[in-house]
Amino acid sequence: MQINTPFFKQRAHDALADANLQKALGNLKAGFPEKRAIAVSRMPEFEQLRDQGRDLKNHILEHLDLYLEEFERKVIENGGHVHWARTADDANRIILDICQQVDAKTVTKGKSMVTEEIGLNDFLEANGVQPVETDLGEYILQLRHDHPSHIIAPAIHLNLEDVSEAFHANHHRPKSSDPAVLMQEAREVLREKFVAADVGITGANFCVAETGSTIIVTNEGNGDLTQTLPKTHVVVTSIEKVVPTLEDMTLFLRLLARSATGQEFSVYNTLSSGPRREGDQDGPENFHVVLVDNGRSEMVGSEFQDMLRCIRCSACMNHCPVYGAVGGHSYGWVYPGPMGSVLTPQMIGIEKGGMLPNASTFCGKCESVCPVRIPLPKLMRHWREDEFEKHLQPKAARYGLAGWAFLAKRPALYKPYTRMASWMMKTWAGKNGRIKKLPLAGGWTDWRDMPAPQGKTFMQAWKEQQKAGGQQ
Amino acid sequence: MSRAEILGNIRRGLSRSEAHTERQQAVQNRLACKLSNLIPQRAQLPAAEQVELFKTMATEAVAELIELDRFDQVPSACADWLSSQGIRELICASNSELRELDWSPLAQQQIDKTERVAQAGDIASLTLSFAGIAETGTLMLHSGEQSPTTLNFLPDNHLVVLHRSAIVGVYEEAWKKLREKFGNTMPRTVNMITGPSRSADIEQKLQMGAHGPKKLVILLIND
Repeated sequence: MQINTPFFKQRAHDALADANLQKALGNLKAGFPEKRAIAVSRMPEFEQLRDQGRDLKNHILEHLDLYLEEFERKVIENGGHVHWARTADDANRIILDICQQVDAKTVTKGKSMVTEEIGLNDFLEANGVQPVETDLGEYILQLRHDHPSHIIAPAIHLNLEDVSEAFHANHHRPKSSDPAVLMQEAREVLREKFVAADVGITGANFCVAETGSTIIVTNEGNGDLTQTLPKTHVVVTSIEKVVPTLEDMTLFLRLLARSATGQEFSVYNTLSSGPRREGDQDGPENFHVVLVDNGRSEMVGSEFQDMLRCIRCSACMNHCPVYGAVGGHSYGWVYPGPMGSVLTPQMIGIEKGGMLPNASTFCGKCESVCPVRIPLPKLMRHWREDEFEKHLQPKAARYGLAGWAFLAKRPALYKPYTRMASWMMKTWAGKNGRIKKLPLAGGWTDWRDMPAPQGKTFMQAWKEQQKAGGQQ
Repeated sequence: MSRAEILGNIRRGLSRSEAHTERQQAVQNRLACKLSNLIPQRAQLPAAEQVELFKTMATEAVAELIELDRFDQVPSACADWLSSQGIRELICASNSELRELDWSPLAQQQIDKTERVAQAGDIASLTLSFAGIAETGTLMLHSGEQSPTTLNFLPDNHLVVLHRSAIVGVYEEAWKKLREKFGNTMPRTVNMITGPSRSADIEQKLQMGAHGPKKLVILLIND
């Protein structure tokens, strides 16, 4: 996927002015946060589950190499194959090779963000294998040559009319604006694809070391048809998804659906443990797991290790005021929102991804809803520091920050300067206490007034209060 | 090549060597003990109340529930439900338990019954559930010679027999049941199903019946 992260500012600007996008994003705000809150209120132990989820992920990461080896051993014992991919290119080549071994013409796909991350669809298509997305949202996007703007609601940036047009243009059926009719249309069109496909590719929410199983968590059933009907099932997943036992997986399942869609449990939670067994009348004959690294192993032991706890629920972006205002495409790559702002610089480099950790107000909502308590603001701050140290920020920001630091470290200068600035701003604002225009602060005052200081600095007020005996 | 690099990177990151026995032991213990994490109070109930919870949660997930006193009432219940929907065919697993039943009620209502795996275009299927999980009203089915997986996903309507005695409180009890039956090697697939298929991918408005069954009917046998 093309990297557009350096253009975040412009894209965000455009997104705010895009009335259709703003209408579509309205559905997000009204939906996910409210549903999650209800689901959480019905599970009194939810906060304890979050603690345990965090601790268990930490235990797994401390033993990640060993759990991966156990998982691999068990998959092979079950009759499956495990492939390790250091990079996106490695992963694509491995998957293409599997497709070519069975002479595949078409592959059906369940929803998978890892395959977005490695750019699998373009690679397969360029090499003569036709991928067919089968998740309703992903299918709509494929028809429109578009990309997901959200990790679990990929087409959230679109409105009914967009879907209606895309289907009309591709299905050669009468145009409909009834969501039920559109879904039935997709069901009928894709049914033929499910049956015709030579290979089915899905992701995995978790990989269970104890049993050598992968699990997908879905609502539509497309992932199940994708992995049951073709002769070959390829699971494309990443190394941090391994969990020790079925009981451990269960802990995360209790957290996942509630944090994501606000459901008690997703409709289909399906374990796959290898190819069909003797006597089985259906199911794939070949089972492959591709374990993608793509920068993750470098995060182990680094200041970003906590990010590897992520279970891809999307709660952070669902509650993020920045994501809610500008949508996922503004972020310019595969993973949007707070989790994307931490992950993207790791995967494409801070040189290109540096805008994203800056696209946050640090309100802390993301961390407060994260099911595995990832300190997302702290991790974004690490990237900002990294960016500063590497001299990657714009000159104005660098010099501004350096100037402020110079003052802040010298109280003898800082105090009179802030006293003067606050007096000047108050004078500038006039009677109503609001500043309509401020040099160098157009980014603020173009859109709203700046409230003026009330005349005294914090230090002055503090001193006076101390003098008055600490009384207010 | 990649494998060694990835594992090497992880070990370097953790400052650990491969042969660290303490870590090996921690992993082997965790895998062997299969300790439960926190189990919500919700489903830690006497058996009768678990059944009630299962019914409530399954219905909330939009599954249809038909209660029967005896297993041998399954054919007539199927016949009645299929007739009420105007359906004239039923695809069944080649299942010995189902085969023992007297299926004449289907014929009486001109409904064809076929034993095979599912195909695209099938209207209705009947399968047996391995367990019911009260916590969220979830059915657990697994693949096997007598329980093909396609029957759970391809047909428009999925009818599932669930014995009251197969209902457990929480997922952990279902894993235990599964291990008792299969030991250390799992069946090819285990399907946990909670209600019929759905999607909210168009404008976040929930629509029932995406790619899986549009209706899920649970025949609960109170034996």
